[in-house]
Amino acid sequence: MANVLINVPRQAKRGEVIEIKTLVSHPMETGYRRDQLGREMPRDIVRRFVCTYNGTEVFRADLHPAISANPFIVFSTVATESGTLTFRWTGDNGFSMTESAAITVD
Amino acid sequence: MDDRCSRRRFLGTAAGAAAGFGLASVIAVEPARATPSSMQDAIRKVAGAATLTAGRVKLELPPLSENGNAVPLAVRVESPMTEKDHVKAIHVFTEKNPQPDVVSCHLGPRAGRATVATRIRLADSQTVIAVAELSDGSFWSDRASVVVTLAACLEGGP
Repeated sequence: MANVLINVPRQAKRGEVIEIKTLVSHPMETGYRRDQLGREMPRDIVRRFVCTYNGTEVFRADLHPAISANPFIVFSTVATESGTLTFRWTGDNGFSMTESAAITVD
Repeated sequence: MDDRCSRRRFLGTAAGAAAGFGLASVIAVEPARATPSSMQDAIRKVAGAATLTAGRVKLELPPLSENGNAVPLAVRVESPMTEKDHVKAIHVFTEKNPQPDVVSCHLGPRAGRATVATRIRLADSQTVIAVAELSDGSFWSDRASVVVTLAACLEGGP
């Protein structure tokens, strides 16, 4: 069900600061809402987002229910070497999503 | 004549009292703008006993948001982002959401730029605070007020 959108430049100059935009489709149910029968709807959110660059963690975010549905996160990193950027989202009810993007650095 | 004088004196005194009262009420209102205790606790959990200094951080939020379910937020911190001097973490807190925590971003010198952006939920018109934790152990912050027309959590929206 879950879909991912990632925006990473395919090519970059060594040492250049690149902007990365990520979006994962997820309802981010806060746990504070009630359904039509008045029952509390349990919390179901993405709790953590991690970005690794060739295996090294470069960015991590701990999310809380105040993050909008379909968490959209923009951050930056220095293009150090050609390789792979891996994005991983983990959350409640065993939610886990991994996506990667290749980058060429010259 | 005597009568007029007393009237003038009365008016003068009344005006002075009113001005004094106005001033007093302004002073009384000031502490009420201080952040609610739950947000203060959340900030303390992150910053410990360190003092938060205003500056270096720029919290960008629209002054008016029609939809509290998705309010664009950006935090920029002035930092050279070198091994010696970089931003370790950026935290965002709200004062009137059910929970004060919004997001905690952990970055390092490899980020190149201390800038993050996301979309947040706001349950009410309120003040949002961004706190940056620097590698030298200092904490910097910025705040922004947002007026929310449609509050998150109340309407059926996601």
